[in-house]
Parts: sequence; structure tokens; C-alpha cells
Amino acid sequence: MQDIYITEDKLNSKACTDAVTYPGAGGIVVFVGTVRDQTKGKAVRHLEFEAYKKMALKEMEKIADDATKRWSLHKMIIHHRTGLLSIEEEAVVIACSSAHRKEAFEACQYAIDTLKETVPIWKKEVFEDGEVWVSAHP
Amino acid sequence: MEIEVVAFGIAKDIINGKQVTISLGADQTVGAARKQLSDTFPEFTKLSSLRFAVNADYVEDGYPLKAGDEVVLIPPVSGG
Repeated sequence: MQDIYITEDKLNSKACTDAVTYPGAGGIVVFVGTVRDQTKGKAVRHLEFEAYKKMALKEMEKIADDATKRWSLHKMIIHHRTGLLSIEEEAVVIACSSAHRKEAFEACQYAIDTLKETVPIWKKEVFEDGEVWVSAHP
Repeated sequence: MEIEVVAFGIAKDIINGKQVTISLGADQTVGAARKQLSDTFPEFTKLSSLRFAVNADYVEDGYPLKAGDEVVLIPPVSGG
């Protein structure tokens, strides 16, 4: 399994969890970002994700490298899906393992927060009566 | 110098296509490209932010563009 990966296929959070497991792990933290069925009370039909793939992979790699060094992780995996996603499907999976839980929690939080700021991936919410690129306007 | 600028997300909707060619005069910085695009497509000024990437790295407005650079518009990202 590739550590840093963007795909149009379904993600597999269980496989990501297994891939960061190791004998010295005292904790594994996995964040799974899923497709919510509404935004501010408005029903979402589905989401569409688009990536500037070459750069997105590079930025995701940076996040995983930084987090691994800063929190002395054993391993971090970041997988992101693109294309059309239905309600409840997995859009992003971040899994990491370390000797102690505190490091894994902090590293995972850092990774998802940074991904949302720097990785060139865009989400469009599609409603019954229109669509909107998330966060585009103030 | 002619520069081809590639768009993603809402930037694609704003230019109504995947890419747009701009022609830069004496000032060949990213800032000059930004100004020209904002003048042509005022919708860009309404975004929360508009960053530029050159050859898959974020750059600031002072960055000098060269022929053949891969220039990409990065509107506010929203992955995850």
C-alpha cells in the first residue's frame, strides 16, 4: 500500500489502520473524513472532489514527513479520494502510529488541519437546487 | 511573454474553462499575472483567497515567471 495516495476508487480505512500497525505501537489514531448529508440544514445530494494531483501528493507527503519527524511516529498514511462521493463514503483517511497515544493524537490532528489549509484539493457540495465550491467565498 | 494558466475548482468556473493564456509585458511576476486575471475576471477578487503555484509549489506575488513554467491558480482549498 502506498503511504500517500489519491484515488477515484473507494478508500479503505481498515486497510490503512492495518498498514500502520507495528509491534512497538502503543497507539494508533485514524481520522476518517466522511460525506455528511447536510450543510447548515440543507440536504446534500453528493460531493465532488477535484485535485491538482501532482502538487496535492507533494503537499500530503510534506505533512506526513513533518508529522512523522515532529512526533516521532512509526508511520503516517494519508489517502484522499476524488471524484463523485455519496453520503457516508470516506473522503480522506489519515492513520498514524506511535509508541504512545499522545503523539499519535496530536500528529493526526495536525495532519488533517494542515491538509485543509495547504493541499490543493477542492470540494463541491451538490444540493437538489444547485451547487457550491466549499470555502470559496468569505 | 505568453503564459498559460491552469485553473481548478471555482477558478475553472470563473474563467469558464480549464486554462487561459495571458500576455505579460515588462512586469513578468506572479503579481502582474494576478492583476491581469483580476482585471479580466473580476469574480476572482470576491474569493476568500487566490494563491498561485508554479511548478507545483506555492509562490508569492514577487515570484518571476519564466516561459514554460507550469502556472496554476489555487482558489481556497477545501479537501478532507
